[in-house]
Amino acid sequence: MIPAPFEYKRADSVDEAIQALSGEPDAKLLAGGHSLVPLMKLRLARPSLLVDISRLSDQKYIKEDGDAVAIGALTRHHDVANSEVLQELCPIVSYAAGEIGDPQVRHVGTIGGSVAHADPASDMPTVLVALGAEMVVRGPGGVRNVAAGEFFKGLFEPDLATDEVLTEIRVPKTAGRGWSYLKFHRRAQDWALVGVAALAQNGSGPSVALTNMADRPVRATGVEEELAGGADPAAASQRAAEGTSPPTDAFASAGYRQELVKVLVRRALEEAQSR
Amino acid sequence: MAITEKFVGQSVLRKEDASLLTGQGSFVDNLTLPGMLYLAVVRSPFAHARIVKVDVSKAREMPGVVGAWSGEELAGEWAGPLPMVWPITEDIKTSDHWPITRDKARFQGDGVAVVVAESRGIADDAAEVVAVEYEQLTPVLDLEEGAKDGSPLVHDELGTNAVVHWSHGGGGDQGVFDNAPVQLRLRYEAPRITPSPIEPRGALASVVPAMGEFTLWTSTQIPHIARVTLSGTTGIPEHKLRIVAPDVGGAFGAKLNVYAEEALCLALARRTGRAIKWIEDRSVSYAVTAQGRGVIHDVEVAATEEGKLLGFRVKELADMGAYFQLLTPGIPELGGWVYMGPYDTQGYWYEFTGVMTNKAPTDAVRGAGRPEATYVVERAVDALARHVGKDPAEVRRISFAPSHAEAKPSLMGLQIDSADYLPAFERALELADYDQYRKEQGARRESGEVKQIGIGLSSYIEMSGLAPSNILGALRYAAGGWEAAQVRCQPSGKVTLNIGTSPHGQGHDTVWSQIAADELGVHPDDVEVLHGDTSISPLGMDTYGSRSISIGGAALVVALQKIKDRARTLAAHELEVAEDDLEFRDGAFRVQGAPEKVRTIPELAASAWTAHDLPDGYEPDLTAIATWDPKNFTWPFGTHVCIAEVDTETGATHLLRYVAVDDCGVVMNPAIVDGQVHGGVAFGIAEALYEEILYDEAGNLVTGTLTQYLVPSAVEMPAFELDRTVTPSPTNPLGVKGIGEAGTIAAPPAVVNAIVDAVSHLGVTDVGKPATPERVWNAIREARGGGA
Repeated sequence: MIPAPFEYKRADSVDEAIQALSGEPDAKLLAGGHSLVPLMKLRLARPSLLVDISRLSDQKYIKEDGDAVAIGALTRHHDVANSEVLQELCPIVSYAAGEIGDPQVRHVGTIGGSVAHADPASDMPTVLVALGAEMVVRGPGGVRNVAAGEFFKGLFEPDLATDEVLTEIRVPKTAGRGWSYLKFHRRAQDWALVGVAALAQNGSGPSVALTNMADRPVRATGVEEELAGGADPAAASQRAAEGTSPPTDAFASAGYRQELVKVLVRRALEEAQSR
Repeated sequence: MAITEKFVGQSVLRKEDASLLTGQGSFVDNLTLPGMLYLAVVRSPFAHARIVKVDVSKAREMPGVVGAWSGEELAGEWAGPLPMVWPITEDIKTSDHWPITRDKARFQGDGVAVVVAESRGIADDAAEVVAVEYEQLTPVLDLEEGAKDGSPLVHDELGTNAVVHWSHGGGGDQGVFDNAPVQLRLRYEAPRITPSPIEPRGALASVVPAMGEFTLWTSTQIPHIARVTLSGTTGIPEHKLRIVAPDVGGAFGAKLNVYAEEALCLALARRTGRAIKWIEDRSVSYAVTAQGRGVIHDVEVAATEEGKLLGFRVKELADMGAYFQLLTPGIPELGGWVYMGPYDTQGYWYEFTGVMTNKAPTDAVRGAGRPEATYVVERAVDALARHVGKDPAEVRRISFAPSHAEAKPSLMGLQIDSADYLPAFERALELADYDQYRKEQGARRESGEVKQIGIGLSSYIEMSGLAPSNILGALRYAAGGWEAAQVRCQPSGKVTLNIGTSPHGQGHDTVWSQIAADELGVHPDDVEVLHGDTSISPLGMDTYGSRSISIGGAALVVALQKIKDRARTLAAHELEVAEDDLEFRDGAFRVQGAPEKVRTIPELAASAWTAHDLPDGYEPDLTAIATWDPKNFTWPFGTHVCIAEVDTETGATHLLRYVAVDDCGVVMNPAIVDGQVHGGVAFGIAEALYEEILYDEAGNLVTGTLTQYLVPSAVEMPAFELDRTVTPSPTNPLGVKGIGEAGTIAAPPAVVNAIVDAVSHLGVTDVGKPATPERVWNAIREARGGGA
């Protein structure tokens, strides 16, 4: 309940945050705190320093930017869920944001915090992988853009150096593409047992990504191949578990997840095609 | 002016909510005393391990740490072990349960050392540097394996883990189990659950060293029982120990107990001369607070070919956990009187074996024994209906016991106070549109839809109002089951009630005020209800087992009657008439035939207080005290109906409807009764679908936080549709029966029966509890012969 001792510093800018992180390999950024603080209270996370960026108001935005919508990393899930820009130009993102946690979590937790935590059971990373979104990362050496498919390197392992800050998430406009995000969970507030993000075929190929089926969000490449070859959702979904390595935990076995994912992929594709 | 309005039976708003809902309540963790220190307990990471060495020296050296001690170093603090007050058989095997273990850690979370420090954070930091050397032992985790000879032992000195065997002894004709035309053998298991009160436990002990006086504020259901038992553990004389239960944020049985940390706070306050506070984290609560259920039942059902029930013969294995807590061995037995349900049977048998395991202790959790029993009976009735090819409603209908308004002996040996099962049953079916859902079920089966619906019934009877003291004595329980109330009419017209029950969310302040208001002709707002402090309400047996209204309420009625008798004497004196010429009507004493001659109780209270002109020998002040020992339990009953939709591709269950028709006798406050049913049903649905304590094969708790242990929220609940029938209890002057546990007792089989019913046409006959999507999915797959 009481975290181990730590230092605390509030950053007034991203540059200041990067500076504070430099030379403190055990430092952690604090945004909404909804992933980090529970781990600290259980003393499973013991950062030496917390760099608080939660009040950087210039990092909270959602705006149209060419072919993409740019989302500031400190934008709250609630604001992502209720963004008219996203609802019109990339509705799968706003919908999935509304599926995260519960209202209290969504009002405090941020999209950047959720993405940088790289939890394979989280909803937003899967959606970003399905979309082929881009992460904008700033560090002492400047800015670099990372494709979502490369950003999630493993369990709780984002492509972020200890002195880098995720500042923006850029999602492509999907107007006209059918979409679906199906989250299967026991209680409304829970992480997904299994989740499926699907974007229907429309010029750019069909894409399907899976939540909680490996140590990171993964594309269902077998399903995508079948769809590209003209298979219907029922047939394509039979390959949904291919290459996956889901966990066995208190909620479900890996074997059940591998069967469940086939049903969910089929349903997600059907929903995406009907939208 | 007399208040003529009547309040009993009205949904009077809860008086206690104004403070609770605006954050002005006072819970243990809100309390701060000068010089207060914080206790942290060093807990075993292993389920079963010998303690080789405990080194607290590093902790002692930390700045801000006042002391750190091993179990061995604290051994001299104890006048006795922690209390277990229900040795239910003569040959029960028990071992001493010390607040800090000295020899072995017997479950993950068992306390092995303590630290006290100037802040909670420092105490936690220091607890981390206490070095404990363990020699790991094989843990006992499986009930059936643990009960066998040759199993590793939780308590070496007992020579077995099967430490208690209790047999009801049987009732009626045992021949039905060999001769009945239909005989079914079934097995049901219920996992462990944890009560999850919103406020975890907490304790704060203060001491006046010069006087040897101690006060313990503790989040408890049982200040009175805690006082006498903690006196025994700590050696603090009972008259020097005051226990206060301030606002208590829920309990569900978790706080019907006396725990190590309460004894530790007292002992360490004595040792340091300073106040000591301990607050339970949620993860500690899940690791160490007494859990419930954890049982395996083997059931034999006897019936006719038409499906009329003839008897249940039940043998249970019950997980006691690592230590006996306050009531542990008696909990299964509390269910041991209702394994016939509301049915008219001919043969009865129940016995259980309690097995020690290297898991957290078990004890009472809402319903305590009766949910276990009702689950078995109601699941078995549905199994019988499938077996004989009848509608489960019809099997129940032909099996219900006849109604009775006065107490009547039952096959299981106790008397049931009053019963009328069929009207509640028929009303529930009507409210749930039973026949219509049967038709829809048929249509969906016909068309082979992915989502199938099922209808689950649960008709229950339960034993509430614990308990007649003579029966408790016969059952070897160490205390009585009576209750106490004191009434004082204040000189300004206000009324103070000191009651022996100790609420933790039930609404006693409101309901006791309603009762007093009606009896005395005052407004409920003019009544103050005091409880939960052994200095303020020194008499009583506290709150658990749905006992407060039927026993405590009865004690209050007797005390109010005494007040009215004394007030009548004074009224007759002042009005210069004979007592027989007075009637108490419209809230005041009135002279028959002379309506202008009136005395209200507030007027008489003022006279009794000034004492200027009292009858000869009349004691000043209008006050009275009464105790009440019930002659019988009360026996609530009812029928619940659950309509569930099951996704046959994923195993997910969605509850479409939930109907509950309960009979708890006369209703004091309908809104509070509805609230109890809502909470009880939600608790039962949680048990049916979500909650399960899991340990891994090494005895590590897997479901140690609210992330893994799935307490559902309002979002997961269907709207509850409630109705009632009213069959007064002849056992108490209010005609009431308990209602705090009924929902929890009825709901689990209603929900699981609905799920099984939804997929029974696919060949499914059982789904384990909780009926998780994976369990449902597996059941369907197995019924279809292994292929999904």
